[in-house]
Amino acid sequence: MINIALPKGRLGEKVLALFEQAGFDCPAIHDPGRRLVFESESAGVRYFWVKPSDVAIYVERGAADLGVAGKDILLEYEPDVYELLDLGLGRCRMAVAAPRGFYDDEERTLKVATKFTNIARRYYARQSRDIDIIHLNGSIELAPILGLSDVIVDIVETGATLRENDLAVLAEVVPISARLIANKAAYSFKHGAIDMISEKLKGLVQP
Amino acid sequence: MDERLLKREERAVFALRGLYRLYGYLPFKMSKFEEYELYARNLDFLPSERVITFTDVNGRLMALKPDVTLSIIKKGEDLPGVRQRLCYDESVYRPSGSTGAFREITQTGLECIGDLDGYDIGEVVSLAQRSLALVSEDYVLTINHLGLLTALLDETGAAGALRRSLAVCTAGKNLHDLRRLAAEAGLDSAAVETLCGCAGVYAPLETALERLAPLCRSAAAQTALGELRELCALLPDDLRRDRLVFDFSLVSDMRYYNGVVFRGYLPGVAESVLTGGQYDQLMRRMGRRSRGIGFALYLDRLEELDREEQEWDVDVLLLCDEKTPPARAAAAARRRTEQGLRVSVQHAVPAKLRFREILDLRGEERP
Repeated sequence: MINIALPKGRLGEKVLALFEQAGFDCPAIHDPGRRLVFESESAGVRYFWVKPSDVAIYVERGAADLGVAGKDILLEYEPDVYELLDLGLGRCRMAVAAPRGFYDDEERTLKVATKFTNIARRYYARQSRDIDIIHLNGSIELAPILGLSDVIVDIVETGATLRENDLAVLAEVVPISARLIANKAAYSFKHGAIDMISEKLKGLVQP
Repeated sequence: MDERLLKREERAVFALRGLYRLYGYLPFKMSKFEEYELYARNLDFLPSERVITFTDVNGRLMALKPDVTLSIIKKGEDLPGVRQRLCYDESVYRPSGSTGAFREITQTGLECIGDLDGYDIGEVVSLAQRSLALVSEDYVLTINHLGLLTALLDETGAAGALRRSLAVCTAGKNLHDLRRLAAEAGLDSAAVETLCGCAGVYAPLETALERLAPLCRSAAAQTALGELRELCALLPDDLRRDRLVFDFSLVSDMRYYNGVVFRGYLPGVAESVLTGGQYDQLMRRMGRRSRGIGFALYLDRLEELDREEQEWDVDVLLLCDEKTPPARAAAAARRRTEQGLRVSVQHAVPAKLRFREILDLRGEERP
């Protein structure tokens, strides 16, 4: 039995559909109710929904053998897991954005608001840029509008929120999509089943 | 002594000490502290750069030991033809990966330092496998040769940050990002596909060597494969060969490690319980001419194997009060302990104590 942590929400529904298409369906997961764990003995899988940012923790700590996590979470927290496959779902980008017409005066420390402090720190370290990171948990776009920061580093999907708030993308940091991840110890003992799931999913994923 | 009373890690320490002594590894005892300078010069070798430090009465900056290998290398000397074989049971102090809070980690392991040859490397790898087998019947020891990865990375022509990124992708079995990075950098696609082909090999060592042979054509890669073949030939017959698995994604820091690296897993334990490898590069960085190989087994991680809880804390809860003659309570307790039963004498039922049966002597009058 392979334990699989799925991310709650719209992305998770797409991921589940992909697993089902690959032959790992689990009718019980579609029954309304309060159950948290759904098992399909015939498919050899046990699914459970978790908060998207917690998937990597469940996998790293071995509560799940496999999971699906965004590349943003993997880059930010660097969990010690295998990243077996790019599922191509939830494509977006991590980007630097600022008020339209912003001029980056490199003589000044750049104030950067973000939820992804490690990604932002590494990005600016590569450019040897002196920054002051302001960690926020949400409404990141508000920070430059109210003068809390000069720029933000955040996930951009369509860019609509940025445009509506008169912000513009300055640079792309990294492309983001959902990744299939595996616990290293679990891989040692169940690599046959894990590789089989990964290969079947790979056959369905757009390159 | 009733061995059932020993925790798995306590049994392991005794068994492993016996195993290592059998092969001539002498116990090495070290202080809990080292001068911080030792670690400051080799911070990248440590799992974390964070170290607990304090200033001693002489004004020296000291550190609570985050690592054992550095201390052993520092104290040794290079003597032609002599192998220094040492084993240890020590605590190290490192921050936890998830919370960053410092934890005491108990580990047992060994180091073999000197003019190492194929025999020494084979001995240490087989002792690593024996160590896992002593702890659990079911285990996997994954193994790789960093010379192979170095050769294949050389063939791609990648250098600097890109080379490090490719190594990180290899370590994560992340071939999609590896191919993307290589394509963006315009690396030789045939060499990249050879790297990816090797990265896909995960099989018992002997099987893996057959599959790797046609992929690895360069002299450097063939040398690494030759060393793995030699290792295979040296492994004792009583060790299960299907449990020694080649894993190309096993990548240790190549500024310190070279040659054979290995990592052990037990079912039910989410992290590796054993890590080891050849660290000739570290020896050179520390001014030593000798070569070195060793491993550590993390005893605290064995706790996860003993999760099956005991049903009862004691077999008999013996209740007595001020009226119960003490001799009567003592005789009743002794009768049961002599039968091997666990007894707790109480005046009231403790809230958290789980017991199989109650013997209530309360209210029995003194004669």
